[in-house]
Amino acid sequence: MNRQFLQIESLAKRFPQPGAGEDVTVFDQVSFRMEQGEFICIIGHSGCGKSTILNVLAGLDAASSGSVIMDGREVAGPSLDRGVIFQNHSLLPWLSAFGNVAMAVRARWPKWPRARVREHSQRYLEMVGLKGAENKKPSQLSGGMCQRVGIARAFAIEPKLLLMDEPFGALDALTRGLIQEALLDIWSRTHQTVFMITHDVDEAILLSDRILLMTNGPDARIAESVRVDIDRPRDRAVLHQHPAYYPIRNHLVDFLVNRSRELQGADAPASAPEEAASPRDVNPAPRWRETGPGGSRAVASPA
Amino acid sequence: MLHNQTLRATLLSLVLLVLALGAWELSISAPLTASGELSEYEQLMGASASRAGVPPPSVILAHAMDELSRPFYDAGPNDKGIGLQLGYSVARVMAGYLLAAMLAIPLGFVIGMSPLLNRALDPYIQILKPISPLAWMPLALFVIKDSSLSAIFVIFICSIWPMLINTAFGVASVKRDWLNVARTLEMSRLRTAFTVILPAAAPTILTGMRIAIGISWLVIVAAEMLVGGTGIGYYVWNEWNNLDLASVVFAIIMIGLVGMVLDAVLAQASRLVRYQD
Ligand SMILES: Nc1ncnc2c1ncn2[C@@H]1O[C@H](COP(=O)(O)OP(=O)(O)OP(=O)(O)O)[C@@H](O)[C@H]1O
Ligand SMILES: [Mg+2]
Repeated sequence: MNRQFLQIESLAKRFPQPGAGEDVTVFDQVSFRMEQGEFICIIGHSGCGKSTILNVLAGLDAASSGSVIMDGREVAGPSLDRGVIFQNHSLLPWLSAFGNVAMAVRARWPKWPRARVREHSQRYLEMVGLKGAENKKPSQLSGGMCQRVGIARAFAIEPKLLLMDEPFGALDALTRGLIQEALLDIWSRTHQTVFMITHDVDEAILLSDRILLMTNGPDARIAESVRVDIDRPRDRAVLHQHPAYYPIRNHLVDFLVNRSRELQGADAPASAPEEAASPRDVNPAPRWRETGPGGSRAVASPA
Repeated sequence: MLHNQTLRATLLSLVLLVLALGAWELSISAPLTASGELSEYEQLMGASASRAGVPPPSVILAHAMDELSRPFYDAGPNDKGIGLQLGYSVARVMAGYLLAAMLAIPLGFVIGMSPLLNRALDPYIQILKPISPLAWMPLALFVIKDSSLSAIFVIFICSIWPMLINTAFGVASVKRDWLNVARTLEMSRLRTAFTVILPAAAPTILTGMRIAIGISWLVIVAAEMLVGGTGIGYYVWNEWNNLDLASVVFAIIMIGLVGMVLDAVLAQASRLVRYQD
């Protein structure tokens, strides 16, 4: 059996409420596991605590209770093993695109000579398609280009776990698609473990192995873990023709529209008694394989 | 269009200058020629009556040409070239200002990084900041017992506040996201201070330094009038005692020019560290 790479156990976060005596619980009983090389997206309504969970995983914020264990060791603070791609790219505006990546590379490998740092940073900038824009400052780059520099910066330090907070939230559809492809491309080569927050259902289906669904806050839970049983490499253009696509998509949308509210504050139903706190495993399209891969074209329109 | 506007602005500036100087010239020469008898006071002031009035621009210009042709002559304590006197003042400003920067910028860094220190020191800063720097002069003279060093101390005390406050503010308002980037890269505190906080706060710090140099240049003139000896402030006071108003007006213009240059130097420096967020 595959040893769990990341174990999140009964995480909870409470913030003191100004004025009122009682603390407000943002989320509680958040437990899930991630395998090495897994790509997981988390979806939930605004304010349910996704960013807070990500910050706890990164070690930038401390949970009120519960623990995060990575590779057998408890996460107690930020580490170069966990790269973060921030929601708003967070590039240092006085440094060029190259400077931003090189700063991270120097921090990761302080003993590297200058030429090696340059070569390594350059390689990752090229990987996200920014050859020729290395010397531009973030203010001279487009939003999508800045985001790609942020991705290059996080990937360049080759972390074991990548944490991404709505990395493509502010981008137009076209740029978003290009960067998603670049991301999948890098991920398929490096096989890092990825934890990503998104609001976009299609993006989640395209990218993830599993999608975690969070109920509304306050007092949010991770209610379900939805398996995305679609072979890789996935092609964005024909993904919606896959027989598993609509069942998964409908399941996610139904959750966001109806059940995220109904389940608010309810304890997550356990999939097995010995893992009481884990979210229920769901596979909305378990039977498509029975028709065989050739069936994908036959079931193109779900009627 | 822009070029055209620059040209027009320059022309307008020149026209205004000519008009102002012309009005000044006329208003002074007219009453002098019309006046008949000298009053008792004017007779008491002797033949210098015409010199004791505010001189017209033409006289000042001639005087300026003469002074500027030998800026660094030194003929005793009461007769030094304008360049030499300005040099003394600039040197004092630089000494006090640099000492203040050496203290204020590191201290402001620490205050900005520590909310506890920020709140603990804030009442003292708020009380000390509005004190006129010249109010420190008697105390400085008593303790330091040297007039030139006292002037430097006064510059020190007046330029420290803008630099301290701006540095602390700039450091405290560095974006959390940028600090988080440094944290996820496991940078040491010192490395974070130099690679993230300093560049992020540099524009704010330089604004403080620019305010401080402006105040220092304002204060040095008054300080030197008090302590005497050398410097442009002393020069102005000394020429007033000599009733040499042409020299006084000339010195005023020179003070303005040097102040402008000091400000321009720091404006240039802040352009170097500015970034667009
Ligand atoms: N420092 C804080 N003090 C008090 N409450 C906070 C604090 N930080 C976050 N919260 C609260 O915690 C909740 C979760 O915030 P979080 O940023 O994690 O939401 P999110 O799921 O990422 O939302 P979005 O999708 O809009 O980014 C919010 O209701 C927010 O008001
Ligand atoms: Mg968020």
